[in-house]
Amino acid sequence: MANGGSELGADAPAGGFVQLLTPDGERVDSVTTADGTTYRVDFTDDEYRELYRDLVTVRRLDAEATALQRQGELGIWASLLGQEAAQVGSGRALRPQDMAFPTYREHGVLYTRGIDPIMPFGLFRGVDQGGWDPNEFKFNTYTIVIGAQTLHATGYAMGITMDGKTGNADGEAVIAYFGDGATSQGDVNEAFVWSGVFHAPIVFFCQNNQYAISEPLERQTRIPIYRRSLGYGFPGVRIDGNDVLASFAVTRAALDLARNGQGPTLIEAYTYRMGAHTSSDDPTRYRIASEVESWKAKDPIARLKSFLTKQQLADDTFFGSVDESARDLALDLRERVLAMPDPAPISMFDNVYPTGSPEVDLQRKQFEQYQASFEGSAH
Amino acid sequence: MAAPTRGGKPQQNPVGETITLGKALNHGLRRALETDSKVIVMGEDVGKLGGVFRITDGLQKDFGEDRVIDTPLAESGIVGTAIGLAIRGYRPVCEIQFDGFVFPAFNQIVAQVSKMFYRSLGKVRLPIVIRIPFGGGIGAVEHHSESPEALFAHTPGLKVVTCSNPADAYLMIQQAITSDDPIIFFEPKRRYWDKGPVELDAPAPFPLHSSRVARDGTDATIVAYGPMVKTALEAAAAAEEDGRQLEVIDLRTLSPLDLGPVYESVRKTGHCVVVHEAPGNLGLGSEIAARVTEECFYSLEAPVLRVTGFDIPYPAARVEEEYLPDLDRVLDAVDRSFGW
Repeated sequence: MANGGSELGADAPAGGFVQLLTPDGERVDSVTTADGTTYRVDFTDDEYRELYRDLVTVRRLDAEATALQRQGELGIWASLLGQEAAQVGSGRALRPQDMAFPTYREHGVLYTRGIDPIMPFGLFRGVDQGGWDPNEFKFNTYTIVIGAQTLHATGYAMGITMDGKTGNADGEAVIAYFGDGATSQGDVNEAFVWSGVFHAPIVFFCQNNQYAISEPLERQTRIPIYRRSLGYGFPGVRIDGNDVLASFAVTRAALDLARNGQGPTLIEAYTYRMGAHTSSDDPTRYRIASEVESWKAKDPIARLKSFLTKQQLADDTFFGSVDESARDLALDLRERVLAMPDPAPISMFDNVYPTGSPEVDLQRKQFEQYQASFEGSAH
Repeated sequence: MAAPTRGGKPQQNPVGETITLGKALNHGLRRALETDSKVIVMGEDVGKLGGVFRITDGLQKDFGEDRVIDTPLAESGIVGTAIGLAIRGYRPVCEIQFDGFVFPAFNQIVAQVSKMFYRSLGKVRLPIVIRIPFGGGIGAVEHHSESPEALFAHTPGLKVVTCSNPADAYLMIQQAITSDDPIIFFEPKRRYWDKGPVELDAPAPFPLHSSRVARDGTDATIVAYGPMVKTALEAAAAAEEDGRQLEVIDLRTLSPLDLGPVYESVRKTGHCVVVHEAPGNLGLGSEIAARVTEECFYSLEAPVLRVTGFDIPYPAARVEEEYLPDLDRVLDAVDRSFGW
């Protein structure tokens, strides 16, 4: 499947992308790609408003996290600023039985899975490595080594096939998140090979935010990312990653293909990382202000707000109440993050092996005795 | 030899029949596949071909292509997808074709397999077994004769075991598959064709992570594992002719180590020699020497000595017999220990 055709977004990169909501907030009724696939959404007024609420909420939580990091309360933070539509749209496209494999930036997807937004803060504050139950929420642990999780997702998808859980509308599917930089990793390419060969029920969702820390897309690929899939034998499609409607529509369609036994799809969500790679990064060293400004005009939230306003689906009272509830959630999050206790040092010995280890047990005991030797002293 | 498998019927093997170590592994894998429908075997050439060493011979024919999976030629993919399958509830048994080919999968093993349980605060278990034929002595080209066990034993979150004889091979592979821990299972490839008695229906006499006394002795303790156990036993037989009784310990488990029997032996003998094919520098022998010294300091008549491969890349096949520890080098170390 290739994108193409003049209808695929006036502000699109060469080759076009699927866009259902323009930066000005104009709805495109449907988009048909060169292979004849038509994408559209059919949301109720309430559903549009809820998508808006999601976008505002995850941005507000993200802003709170950035602030917490700047105030020394988090060791590091990987901001999703600018990528809210890609994450919320794809996350809401998942059906309850679908499994997601994130990187370390998918806070928006995590939110759509119904996970308490405080969960990743254990990792970034340094009190644990995460902690939600991947099988309960159908959202795997954050993975920091770039691209490694795409193979885990592929294996999980193979398991779905082996369990006979594909081939109908109730089937299961997997979504693997990764970025533009990850497409250079061997693991991602191996995941493409395996998924193609085993016809796995998986959607590869690449958020192309244009930079891998400082390295621009041109350092990762000579062709658009979505076209890479053809070499592995499955379709690829590029979407306007700042358009929550396109993100939802294309991801939902691709997941449904997968669950119906039609194999993998690669989605390239063309977007932009408005902030730094992480709080340790300084993007002014490698990209110019005008580029950032041009992407501000494509903001995912502003365009949905504009649409809601023009269509008279929402008014200032609604927007104000959304801002207020997002702020309340963020402040609640802040208080809970600040209240997170440091772990007891002895807990570092927990969960090394499912069946335990006499060597770890011995070291734990020795550490305990060593700690106890300070009791009552000035330490 | 047991009768070859026909038509998926269980293999018949009279109690105590003598079979090769390779066949014992094959029997063990078959038993594991029969016992638990979540067990799957995956790797390069493990299906139709039965693996380059035929360890998985006949398994795909009897258990199907979904349970004995011929994979793409990509080791990271083998281990990486095994992780996803394990999260899904399967118990993958991965075959890495040769020791030197494990490194494309190294990241998935040491950064993912080993850490997932810890990372998820105990919520995600990865009951994966990664089988690796290891060691030299088969006249092979580069990358086919290495002993990388210390790299994995050094990685918290992994358990590492190795077998030295058919009876252990048969039981240990089943115990490893049953365990909820991720386990690197090293197979002594040059001993694949060595024969020994295997009782298919007898219960395992030892837990998986335990060492055993392979030969009783009173004068010196030889610690070995995998392919070197046979060498150590040969050395002990030769030493007996010279009037020295060597006690041989087969470690079986490399992480965690089970050194209780070693300490007990050294307290009795006062002499300890550790033998492995891997390079000596920072190898298992270093750790064992350190621990034996800590635990048995006042019993030792001489420092713990090591007989190992040299700190060089595995050499060309025509000189590998000089590289590999053999009977003479073990006995030489015993002599040095007594002459200290």
